[in-house]
Amino acid sequence: MFESKSGIFLIAGLFFFALSFVVMGLLPWLMYIDEPEQTMEDLVADGVIHEFVDLAERFPDRFAKYFPDGVTRTSFAAALKRGHEIYVAEACWHCHTQQIRPVSGEDLRWGPVSHAREYQNVLQRPVLFGTRRVGPDLIREGARHGNDWHIAHFHTPVSVVPTSVMPRYSWFYDEDDYPNRDGMSIITYVQWLGSWLAEYPYYRGEGPAGVELGATDIITDAMVTP
Amino acid sequence: MTTVSPAIGEGVSGISSVRDLVNEKLVLWHFMASLTYVMIAMLAGFLYALQLQQLYPFPGIELFSPGRWRMVHTNGVAYGFIANAFLGALHWAVPRLTLRRVLSVKLSWFIFAAWQVVVLSTVVGLLTGYAQAVEWGETPIFIDPLAVVGLILVAINFLTPILKSEGPMYVTLWYFIAAFVWTVLVYAMGNYIPQFFVGGVASGAIAGLFIHDLVGLFVTPLGWGLMYYFVPIILKKPIWSHGLSLVGFWGLAFFYPLNGIHHFLYSPIPMFLQYGAVIATIAVELVVTTVVVNFFMTLRHRGDALRTNLAIRWFYIGMVFYFMTCLQCAFQVSLTFQKIIHFTDWVVGHSHLVMFGVFGFWILGMMVHLLPRLLGATGWYRSSWNEWHFWLTGISMLVMFFDLMIAGLVQGFMWKDLAVWEATLTASAPFWLIRTFSGVAIIVGQFFFISNILMTAVYKRPAEPSTEPVDTSAIDPVVAT
Ligand code: HEC
Repeated sequence: MFESKSGIFLIAGLFFFALSFVVMGLLPWLMYIDEPEQTMEDLVADGVIHEFVDLAERFPDRFAKYFPDGVTRTSFAAALKRGHEIYVAEACWHCHTQQIRPVSGEDLRWGPVSHAREYQNVLQRPVLFGTRRVGPDLIREGARHGNDWHIAHFHTPVSVVPTSVMPRYSWFYDEDDYPNRDGMSIITYVQWLGSWLAEYPYYRGEGPAGVELGATDIITDAMVTP
Repeated sequence: MTTVSPAIGEGVSGISSVRDLVNEKLVLWHFMASLTYVMIAMLAGFLYALQLQQLYPFPGIELFSPGRWRMVHTNGVAYGFIANAFLGALHWAVPRLTLRRVLSVKLSWFIFAAWQVVVLSTVVGLLTGYAQAVEWGETPIFIDPLAVVGLILVAINFLTPILKSEGPMYVTLWYFIAAFVWTVLVYAMGNYIPQFFVGGVASGAIAGLFIHDLVGLFVTPLGWGLMYYFVPIILKKPIWSHGLSLVGFWGLAFFYPLNGIHHFLYSPIPMFLQYGAVIATIAVELVVTTVVVNFFMTLRHRGDALRTNLAIRWFYIGMVFYFMTCLQCAFQVSLTFQKIIHFTDWVVGHSHLVMFGVFGFWILGMMVHLLPRLLGATGWYRSSWNEWHFWLTGISMLVMFFDLMIAGLVQGFMWKDLAVWEATLTASAPFWLIRTFSGVAIIVGQFFFISNILMTAVYKRPAEPSTEPVDTSAIDPVVAT
């Protein structure tokens, strides 16, 4: 059996693999089966984040060009989705993690320890835990810096942090060095990270000046989930 | 195991010499493709190292986005360098061990071409921004089906002769059989399930399993299988203990796949599963020890081969490194070490030692052993260039490993002490500088090797009388104990 061809084929190849898949993959899968994965609509259901509104205020013409719907949930969802795509494509996740561990003072540095529920959404498919921290963790990045900081930082990181080894992302900007659609999207995405927490400083009730918001498009208390 | 494989020409109909059995052109082409990709991957790694040095030569150019080149580095190594080299070596070893041809040489050439399409389009896809967020499986989603089909064809092509051959089976073939089944399953699992079937924490568990299985169930079994083949042939003596071979194989098959979640310790994945992965990982370390002991006992009384035979030297230094990484792993998997070294350069050093220091070195050893013959030459053009290649690569690999290990400790303790992030970057800078230099030395080493290959191909004979004659015994499948 242990040296016959079919035996090796079956035991090692199929059976042990299946065993490991059940233990290491299926078990965690089944444990969270009752925790529904939030869709894009779920994620924006509670309104848009302040920083997205801020982008619209700062760059009204450009914003209108990139997000013709204006400051709506649809635009917000589109920005998040694109931002996530960029985050994956540029391999930001190879330099930045998105999980706070309960050890080594990580909660002191970044905020509350990550909870499984925070990952049950389409923007964590596949999950962006990350395995290397060249730069800091980003799962609590939202509102840590203002949009202007990010605009300078993505363009030329060393201009704000001289020792930074983060790459320059000039292609997030148009020819006049204003953030283009990709730039606005990635900023929206990083500013969104952590915005689902009660601790998130989301400027409750602060409305954008001069931007017409639909009745449902205000920033609501419901942003405060779990 | 007590058989002696029949000599060529006996017993198996239609095959009168090894020339009918093995298509050496295939081996050569796979090796050449492999070397091409390793150079691309190393240059990509060098580019990325320059980014960490704040010396990136192409800042702000989309196609040269450092993050994308990092993925070219890792994927180029896994699918370009290692996969190609193994396919070549399989074409050498499988027909010899089974005394049968692969299913179809036409199919082999098709696989060769298809695999290069897979790797090249992966590189293009990554550079144009279509990566998939699965570590080591960043291959764009639209290339995955082709890769899976390719791997299935590989399995069919090689499993046919293996399953047809009769009599007791040599260790190498156990590993190969398992690897062919595993590779397809692992690749499909890692690239499809976390993307299309489940997200969130569970997809993390599966991604961890994939990262681990890619090394453990594709690269490791093929690598060890080839060691079980080449080492006894070159040393002209059997493997020391058949019992230990059995322990090694079944231990690996059982424990290795159960390690997946150890890549995400202290993550939101349920803790009891993390404990399970930790224990299985420590078990792997014990298994690995038996395999390494088996090989070192085989070397007993033949220690001179380390000096006289360069291939053996590559193989055994690789095994020493293998033992080092596994020992390191048994510590780094502990929750105590994880507090400090997770996310740091310690892990980067670990993976470099595994992927290059072990499997890369074995591959280079096989190439050193086979290439003169594949090129139709009587020996290497200059054996001294091969020595340069060996020493530059070996020493630099060690320097890089220890450098990154210490860097990881520095980073981890600074993070734990809540140092401001910029300070941890400044502290890492000298380590990153040493890493860059060691990487450059490795690249220079490969240039010695590649020049030697080119000169050997052109002149087909050694420039000086070779001290190391081409070992013709490699033709005979004398592998049994
Ligand atoms: C080479 C590794 C690397 C890559 C790739 C990288 N970063 Fe960074 N990032 C850093 C480093 C180092 C820092 C810390 C220094 C600084 O602030 O610039 C940083 C800082 C940041 C910060 C500020 C964090 C804070 O709280 O101060 C954000 C936000 C950020 N990165 C987002 C991104 C995004 C989005 C991408 C992908 C488009 C990305 N990074 C790609 C290395 C990287």
